[in-house]
Amino acid sequence: MSDEELEPIEILELPLGDWHRARGARMVEFAGYHMPIQYEGIMAEHLWTRENAGLFDVSHMGQLMLSGEGAADALEKLVPGDISALKEGRMRYSLLLDEDGGILDDLMVTATPMGLYVVVNGAVKWDDIGFLREYLPDEITINHMDDRALLALQGPKAVDALLRVVPGVDALFFMEAGSFFWGPKSDPEPLWISRSGYTGEDGFEISVPASHAKALADALCAQAEVKPIGLGARDSLRLEAGLPLYGHDMNPEFDPVEANASFAISKRRREEGGFNGADRILKALAQGPAQKLVGFAVNGKMPVREGAPVYAQDGQVGSITSGGFAPSVGAPIAMGYVASQHTPVGTKLEAEVRGKRVVLTVAALPFIPHHYHRRGKAL
Amino acid sequence: MTRYYTEDHEWIDVDGDSATVGITDYAQSQLGDIVFAEVPAPGAELKKGGDAAVVESVKAASDVYAPVSGTVTEGNDALEGDPALVNSDPEGEGWFFKLTLSDTSELDSLMDAAAYKAFVEAL
Repeated sequence: MSDEELEPIEILELPLGDWHRARGARMVEFAGYHMPIQYEGIMAEHLWTRENAGLFDVSHMGQLMLSGEGAADALEKLVPGDISALKEGRMRYSLLLDEDGGILDDLMVTATPMGLYVVVNGAVKWDDIGFLREYLPDEITINHMDDRALLALQGPKAVDALLRVVPGVDALFFMEAGSFFWGPKSDPEPLWISRSGYTGEDGFEISVPASHAKALADALCAQAEVKPIGLGARDSLRLEAGLPLYGHDMNPEFDPVEANASFAISKRRREEGGFNGADRILKALAQGPAQKLVGFAVNGKMPVREGAPVYAQDGQVGSITSGGFAPSVGAPIAMGYVASQHTPVGTKLEAEVRGKRVVLTVAALPFIPHHYHRRGKAL
Repeated sequence: MTRYYTEDHEWIDVDGDSATVGITDYAQSQLGDIVFAEVPAPGAELKKGGDAAVVESVKAASDVYAPVSGTVTEGNDALEGDPALVNSDPEGEGWFFKLTLSDTSELDSLMDAAAYKAFVEAL
């Protein structure tokens, strides 16, 4: 090993690092940053978010702006979603694909007046930027907006709380976004706000200049409905919502069909292809994938976690990629990849944990129903 | 009865050659919400420092080690129905298992309450 490899990697500080510490957070290293894993406890924070509103600091995620003539068409070579059809203020969940159709990241793309606003996972953002720079034409500008923080306010009361701080946000429906003003009329601060998130609940994601992040977090937490929530509950909330975590439930080994994300392959793209790995992906769509990501109900109380092998009678047929205790379900749940013949809901399988077999039942996702504020849905 | 502590944050109450083992209040506070505990069955032979029990929080599974060698006489069955006892009363009702010590001299290497307190404060 060379000396260079022994250099300790510096763990970076995010705009709200001290804000979390002052509020009693326990900090851990995540995606190269000091991040809050919990405040009062994962269980309480999880349940609070499902019933009220939780404030999550997701400033580790990469906020990119792709601009220039033809940015949408260029991005479509690398993702299977219909990006060019996105109207201003509309967003779409998509997947960044390598040349073989393997998933490099999952991301959100929003059409804005400035270009395509893309939010990518913190742990792989530098790889994503490198990949985008290599594969997008030179005339497409990639602006990594690392001078901005990203806050997520999630839960059934998120709209009530945010509306008091930022007027007008209730006009947004699920997967819509826009620019809103916050602060005194004499010196308002523009925020980019979307009605989206990763908990399965209604909520918002707010892009704010790093310089104003603390003031905004304070203003939100001053609302009776809002408490700060750590990464621990973020993980249990997204697992209950059946939402994959990149690097665990998705990685370059799997394509979007295997990853149960066929919904992200837009109709026009299915017909036209023209994206990385289209041959493999369209074939998997037509014929069915060899393996697929599914949800599992777990018998008993013992959690089944990432890495546990999954067995059918004839041997190992897959493995667990996410698992743990689900506070709102009141039982352990898991997700994992299994061979296709074992994916129908209700299929009984077994996981092995510390040498013991635990019965799994393939479950419909999500485990907890989504409560999104969708356009056109009666209230 | 004398209480000893380990650097792995277990406590052990010793009365002659029988003892009760659990995890400390510091340990439970670090683990957070306990959702599952697996205790050894009576008759299990434990070796000092070896795996003895498992405790799982929402986030992760952790091993509980045997502070001393011995034979398990009882596991705390109450933890199966109410694993949160480890959070609410870690050094009482939330005990993990009882055992008969095979070598009481192994206790010499453990900490007393004052030493453990200093150990935790230095972490």
